[in-house]
Amino acid sequence: MKKQVLAAAIVFLLVAAAAYGAFFVAPTERTMGPIQRIFYLHVSSAWTGLCAFFICFVANVLYVFRRQPQWDWLSISAAEVGLVFTTVVLVSGPIWAHPVWGIWWTWDARLTSTFILWLLYACFLLLRTLVEEPDRRALFSALFGIFAFLDVPLVFGSIRWWRTQHPQPVVMGGSGSGLDPTMWKVLFFSWFAMLALMALLMRARYVMEAARGELEMVRHEAEAV
Amino acid sequence: MSLFSSTTALLGKELRTEFRSRELLTTTVVFILMVIVLFSFTFDPTYNESRRFGPGLLWLAFLFAASLMLQPCFLREQNNDTLSALRLSVSDPFAIFLAKLVANTLFLLFTELLMLPIFAILYNVPVLRVLGQLILVFFLGSLGVSIAGTALSAISAQARMRELLLPLLLLPLLTPVLVASTQVTVGLLDASPFLEWKGVGFLVIFDVVFLTALWLFGEYLLEE
Repeated sequence: MKKQVLAAAIVFLLVAAAAYGAFFVAPTERTMGPIQRIFYLHVSSAWTGLCAFFICFVANVLYVFRRQPQWDWLSISAAEVGLVFTTVVLVSGPIWAHPVWGIWWTWDARLTSTFILWLLYACFLLLRTLVEEPDRRALFSALFGIFAFLDVPLVFGSIRWWRTQHPQPVVMGGSGSGLDPTMWKVLFFSWFAMLALMALLMRARYVMEAARGELEMVRHEAEAV
Repeated sequence: MSLFSSTTALLGKELRTEFRSRELLTTTVVFILMVIVLFSFTFDPTYNESRRFGPGLLWLAFLFAASLMLQPCFLREQNNDTLSALRLSVSDPFAIFLAKLVANTLFLLFTELLMLPIFAILYNVPVLRVLGQLILVFFLGSLGVSIAGTALSAISAQARMRELLLPLLLLPLLTPVLVASTQVTVGLLDASPFLEWKGVGFLVIFDVVFLTALWLFGEYLLEE
């Protein structure tokens, strides 16, 4: 318990430091002005969300081959936390886009595929609520998780190729794009803070799910007796 | 029994079952027809507008129809308690999927080709000059829909609210198919038609990726 409180305190400080960095350390962007500072929350959440979904995918594959309930618990924790971070991305995006692009939303590759990603994992969690039997629920959701993750690059590719109303990617984009070195540092620090937050949330959710799983097993055994 | 012979045997069974009742085909045809008619009220179906919106609405109708049509695919086995027998009858469970997805592709393709002339007449879009290419796109698109749909119907058959669950799982997964097939169809129905090879290649990639995934993980979908 003490350890968890300490970990939570550290994560809180990290996130606070990242917010300080975004507001006071990073230079103001030339054309967009202060609103651009939402970038540090937006991009770091997006990367963290993707990391969480990748963890979910790995846990799904491991569950299918090993059948240990731990992987199932990890996959649901990762999917839920990933969905939360993706929600942050989908909410902070329009807040940033409206003053800069003049519109809340555009059906461009990144926005649309993030939205589809969100939908896919929402369905992943929904599927889990609709299958009663624990082993079957774990197996089916693992398999759907694998299909969903395989689908993500295809969704992105299809939308990127045919719906090309595209803002120039800033990070890893073509020539002429790029970030100020201080902006990079703040961005990476924000990402680190978000990853720590992800780990904290995922661990808490995992402990909860493990307790639930064990309770379910005990109940099952008691019914059999 | 080899994969090929068990697949053909099972495919024969799927086709026979359907052609005895023809329930699936008739309801799907009527459903697509209804969607095509209802869609005409949502925009002004002039010559130019139809070319712009027609392909999208056609594919959306196909996708919705497929998500309903694929419903009984495994549910029927479940309700008749034939899934275990089916599994015991073949050495490779992939044959079950292969037979079902080929049958579903054929059913879908059949209804799509039946609907094409009606769509062409109602929306005043010439299709005859690009018929071959259209069939190619319809085939690749339907194959993608059937691969993903057959896999997911094995999942949804064993869940609660299955009628709602299958479209929910299937439709977001099929986004790439919808985008690519619509784009290729838009090109084919253009005033000066052209076949977008990029889109055709993309559909092939989708089909191969999901067929491989089904081949690798399909057997787990059929576990008791």
